Amino acid sequence: MSAQRRVVVTGLGATTPVGGDASSTWAALLAGKSGVRTLAEDWANTIPVNFAARVAVDPSEVMERVELRKLDRSEAFAVIASREAWKDAGSPEVDNERLGVVIASGIGGVTTLLDQYDVLKEKGARSVSPYTVPMLMPNGPAAHVGLEFKARAGVHTPVSACASGAEAIGYAFEMIRNNRADVIISGGVEAAIHALPMAGFAAMKALSTRSDAPERASRPYDLDRDGFVLGEGGGVLILEEYEHAKARGAKIYCEIAGQGLTSDGFHIAAPDPDGIGVQRAIKTALANAGISTKDVVHLNAHATSTPAGDVAEANALRLALGADADHVAVSATKSMTGHLLGGAGAIESVFLVKAIQDRLAPPTINIENLDPAVTVDVVRDKPRALPSGDIAALNDSFGFGGHNVVLVFKSVD
Amino acid sequence: MALTQADVLAGLKEIVEEVAGIPAASIELDKNFSDDLEVDSLSMVEVVVASEERFGVKIPDDQVTELKTVGDAVNFIVKASA
Repeated sequence: MSAQRRVVVTGLGATTPVGGDASSTWAALLAGKSGVRTLAEDWANTIPVNFAARVAVDPSEVMERVELRKLDRSEAFAVIASREAWKDAGSPEVDNERLGVVIASGIGGVTTLLDQYDVLKEKGARSVSPYTVPMLMPNGPAAHVGLEFKARAGVHTPVSACASGAEAIGYAFEMIRNNRADVIISGGVEAAIHALPMAGFAAMKALSTRSDAPERASRPYDLDRDGFVLGEGGGVLILEEYEHAKARGAKIYCEIAGQGLTSDGFHIAAPDPDGIGVQRAIKTALANAGISTKDVVHLNAHATSTPAGDVAEANALRLALGADADHVAVSATKSMTGHLLGGAGAIESVFLVKAIQDRLAPPTINIENLDPAVTVDVVRDKPRALPSGDIAALNDSFGFGGHNVVLVFKSVD
Repeated sequence: MALTQADVLAGLKEIVEEVAGIPAASIELDKNFSDDLEVDSLSMVEVVVASEERFGVKIPDDQVTELKTVGDAVNFIVKASA
């Protein structure tokens, strides 16, 4: 049997609530900046929550108006982050039939759907945009990126709510490992800051209602956390087969070594309080990557700032890693970016890659009183140095429906 | 009241600029929507609906494929408004 194909990261792109690209986003995270603000839209005062985390740089600042009017906001995020990542990877020369795209979204073009429904009601069917369907379809972000880069190895969109972005990267990883492609543009996006999805999340009591201090609202692991803060944006990674990257002299950030996917079979929205599915995902991912619990030094946690979820995840990490959880620096970057739903696992993978590169775990902000039920080592307020030498780091992402995805990243010599 | 060819051309230029981002100055009667102005079949639907609203005419779907150039559209709209 020939040696297993290895998958490395050679490019990064992001547009997030704290920065218009990957490097400015990373700098803002290390500085502990929040991207959460009170919303300016009139509708924000008609729902129980009037704040969210809009992108720091609106697509209209970096894309032509004519291009934007045919794109849902989620599609614009995908195109923007992909262009950055592709350039960062050195615009790799690759056979188009060996180039793929896997970009996810949790909800798809929901603002287009709702806006066009308004048009239908107010002006009639003939005025509905002919771009409505290509803009609202959840595979639209992946499809637009596939068109731009003429990817012909396959264009895919896994959908698993808030695990979607991580699942996309995992799918891309498998495509390269299984020899379906040599280069994949992979990631996740979300653009769901609109009255209806926000009212829906608020009806589930999933959102924080800390309207008097929006920047302090997303507070994973804090005793007084009261829900997540909705964010928007997206992240993209260029995944590449190791020999392909080496042959073209590409800058190699790190390796994606494995993934673990499980499902809870427990509840449509609530996490299994014992975190059994999460434990299985962590163990499966480490086995898939051939990595020992001793090598794991950092986790970018799913930790969304909900009362149940944060503790269940921390417990799962503790149970899966045992005493080795003691040397895992746990960061909850949603404290700064808010929760990007289908974009979350993707931007957080970008953060993991930067963390491995800089050997710094980003901080978790807004913890005033650490919940004593949290028995893992949370990085608070300031970045923390990670060890030199060979290291591995994990990205947890979970979604409504009981989806658990864990990705394993490791340093490359 | 019938519209003049100049009125319709001026309005159509604004619509095509809005939809396809082509500067109004380069939109002339002999320009082909798809070949010269990058107005694809979906964008053409937008041009047609915007034209109907602006000029108060009906452009039936079976006529849209006949409107190859800006001049074709201008002539159709001028006649339809008469």
